[in-house]
Amino acid sequence: MSHLTLLIAEDVSKRFGGVQALADVSFTINHGEIYGLIGPNGAGKTSLFNVLTGIYAPDGGTFNFDGEPLERVKPNEVAERGIARTFQNIRLFQNLSALENVMIGRHVRTRAGVFGAILRDKGTLAEEAAIEKRSYELLEYVGVAKRANDLAKHLAYGDQRRLEIARALATEPKLLALDEPAAGMNATETQALKRLLEDIRRDGITILLIEHDMKLVMSVCDRVLVLDYGKKIAEGTAATVQNDPKVIAAYLGGEVTLNLKGA
Amino acid sequence: MDTFLQQLINGLTLGSVYALVALGYTMVYGIIGLINFAHGEVVMIGAMVSLSVIMALLGAHAPLPSVVIILAGLLVAITVCMAIAYAMEKIAYRPLRKAPRLAPLITAIGMSIILQNLALIVWGRNYLTFPTLIQPTPYNVLGASMTDLQMLIVVLAGLLMAGLVFVVQRTRLGMAMRATAQNPQVAGLMGIDINVVISAAFVIGAALAAVAGLMVMTYYGIAHYYMGFLLGLKAFTAAVLGGIGNLAGAMLGGVLLGIIEALGAGYIGDVSNICGFPFLSDSLQQQCAASEGQVSMFGSNYQDVFAFFVLILVLIFRPSGLLGERVSERA
Amino acid sequence: MTAHGRGKSVPPKVWAGVVLVALALALLPFVAALAGQAWVRILNFAMIYIMLALGLNIVVGFAGLLDLGYIAFYAVGAYMYALLASPHFGIHLPFWVILPLGAGLACIFGILLGAPTLKLRGDYLAIVTLGFGEIIRIFLNNLNTPVNVTNGPQGVNLIDPFHVAGFSFARAQSILGVPFSGPQKYYYVLLLLTIGVIVINIRLQNSRLGRAWEAIREDEVAAKAMGINTRNVKLLAFAMGASFGGIAGGIFSATQEFVSPESFGLFESIIVLAMVVLGGMGNIPGVILGAILLTLLPEVLRSTMEPLQNALFGRVLLDAETVRLLVFGIALVAIMLYRPAGLWPSAVRKRELEVPKVVAE
Repeated sequence: MSHLTLLIAEDVSKRFGGVQALADVSFTINHGEIYGLIGPNGAGKTSLFNVLTGIYAPDGGTFNFDGEPLERVKPNEVAERGIARTFQNIRLFQNLSALENVMIGRHVRTRAGVFGAILRDKGTLAEEAAIEKRSYELLEYVGVAKRANDLAKHLAYGDQRRLEIARALATEPKLLALDEPAAGMNATETQALKRLLEDIRRDGITILLIEHDMKLVMSVCDRVLVLDYGKKIAEGTAATVQNDPKVIAAYLGGEVTLNLKGA
Repeated sequence: MDTFLQQLINGLTLGSVYALVALGYTMVYGIIGLINFAHGEVVMIGAMVSLSVIMALLGAHAPLPSVVIILAGLLVAITVCMAIAYAMEKIAYRPLRKAPRLAPLITAIGMSIILQNLALIVWGRNYLTFPTLIQPTPYNVLGASMTDLQMLIVVLAGLLMAGLVFVVQRTRLGMAMRATAQNPQVAGLMGIDINVVISAAFVIGAALAAVAGLMVMTYYGIAHYYMGFLLGLKAFTAAVLGGIGNLAGAMLGGVLLGIIEALGAGYIGDVSNICGFPFLSDSLQQQCAASEGQVSMFGSNYQDVFAFFVLILVLIFRPSGLLGERVSERA
Repeated sequence: MTAHGRGKSVPPKVWAGVVLVALALALLPFVAALAGQAWVRILNFAMIYIMLALGLNIVVGFAGLLDLGYIAFYAVGAYMYALLASPHFGIHLPFWVILPLGAGLACIFGILLGAPTLKLRGDYLAIVTLGFGEIIRIFLNNLNTPVNVTNGPQGVNLIDPFHVAGFSFARAQSILGVPFSGPQKYYYVLLLLTIGVIVINIRLQNSRLGRAWEAIREDEVAAKAMGINTRNVKLLAFAMGASFGGIAGGIFSATQEFVSPESFGLFESIIVLAMVVLGGMGNIPGVILGAILLTLLPEVLRSTMEPLQNALFGRVLLDAETVRLLVFGIALVAIMLYRPAGLWPSAVRKRELEVPKVVAE
């Protein structure tokens, strides 16, 4: 394992009933890169996220994160180890303010317990102030500081996506896993998102990105992994992957292939 | 051996009643995922209404045969219970179908209190005795005794359950119910009126509850405005034990729970006999000497605890119940 | 921008308000006494219920876990006090020793119940806690033979009131020329304890832990993904709620000087739940309001319903207790249907319990 690698996945498999969601998927993510994960709907992208973040246990295979194995680890321990994620169908704490959402992200990096809460000693007050300050900074960083005291569910769609990123960043991740952050965004918002992703990378955080917006993927990702029916069908730079016939077939679908055969 | 068989028979009788009530919980839960907390009160109302009708007919001038009187009481009770269940679903549960889970559960608790206190106002605070219309005759079954009333309860419960299974498996309504249980949205898109299906589940459950109410009352000979609470809770336990949402599970769970309770009550005294223990205090040794070595830590007055322990154990070790499938959290 | 108002200087108007409220609270038992000492006792009861309801609010309102057996922890605290400060075992420990012990024991019970059950889905948890509450009550009822621990259905009486050295809170006496009745003296102790409980609750809600509870209530999967150890945090909610129940139980024992299993039935649990729901789940002022309203309601009903019925029908058709429960039942249903956030909702809680007009996705 080189000091460059952050995450190594080896032969990861996951089956749901009769569906092989992931079949022996292996890949590595290097420090500081933006690593794309693409594939048609149902290819196993989100399953891979869920297995990586401990929501499901894999049936086979291993993850090694930052030099240590990541096995039988609960989702909260995954976050503590330094992997933060967002969700495909936004899962904010809807009835809490934007600021509170980010403050909850600080939970795993802070310590105050029952006695601190009740006694409000100097240490706890300082920690609370630091949580609030840092959370506000993160809201500014992603560009939703103006809405700090609005309930999360009252934010515009794009703002909710960015708030989810701020909340994930609050856990101080080494790897930020984003599940379709550009879904539902217009072109301007996607451009802003691209700049945000580049900023995050510049600040030293590695990004794993699931995305359907190919323009975004191709312009921002250093390397891309392509899944189809749970199998890895290609991996490489955006340009190589783009021209891989297997990838084209997967995206255009079996029907086209059939027609070609028939022709 | 005699005690064992006797308790088995008693447990089977009570268990049949639990099973009938459990079916009401399980149908509603299977379709809309609600614990209809007030279902036990429907059983109580069934008992109370049938009792009132029976008393009124007994007081009538022309003496009617007992069977007619009881059937009349039962029919009125079934009608009233169905009406109450229908109204309850429409008023208290339907508006909250898409609300977070806690909300309908709280209205269900509210409905339970309302029904109970209405019953208290109508029928009073005292225990009401069921007139001896049927004089149970005991029969000898392999050395234990089983009365004709017990047999009637078990057989009738069995027939009703078979009827319900027929309705659910073989009729259009049953198919609609199964479809709605699988996925209400899709069932709705397929042209099923899910409001009708849900009402039907409540109403059928209530009819079974009314029968169960009359059964418990004739079996114990008394009725009380508070009788529905514990009965309902035990029936719910039975439904969970068998696998909530699963009809066969409710029946199995009901009978099993009845038997567990009966055997538990029959044997807990012996099992928790402390006279054989070393280091007993003087007063305990005196008690043992005075009672021929029979001093139990727990007596049959702990009977009601069994159901709760069973419930807690099942939920911890096999939350999906004996016959249930694993269900994921419905948001 | 400080969310909790720290570091701001308090304006004089607020100070004046605080002084006025403090004065009103100090004089209240004497005003109530004008209507009879019974009303002072009712005030004391209201404060016990405030503590109970706030304890349950941690579990139900903050963490979103429906606990229907909450009264069991109240019972544990009450019996702990009764057994350690009465002639039943001949033990007479002072209250400031027993109250923390009772809170601790209730807390242990809370953890024992919570540890295996908290992974259950919400409605199952409700039923299991209900079963637990009943088990505790059945044991209290029956643990009088063969060894008499709880004295069974007769309950324990002659329980020691609060006393410090020679000063007893149960006896009437003049202090500095002002005559104080027993209940009036208790009032001030209870007021201090209640204010303490309220302050602790407010501080818990506005803390790292309080936010974690609310996160779990809002979305447990997301809370886990944010690194919150949901099992421990839920257990902590259970344990904290149980401790407050234990303290309230101890105070109940001391003020009543008598406990029996009858006081700890399912309906007590439901009454406390009704207080939380009626006032506004998750909102501390709302819960306090709910507790006060539902403590006063039966008394008001008693003093108005029965004379009214006597005047109208010549006899009492419905006793106040039945009407009270009926009103509770109707209130639970009506609140959920028409005002799901309670009478005094917090901005946060209000939206979550609203029925969404459009189904998401």
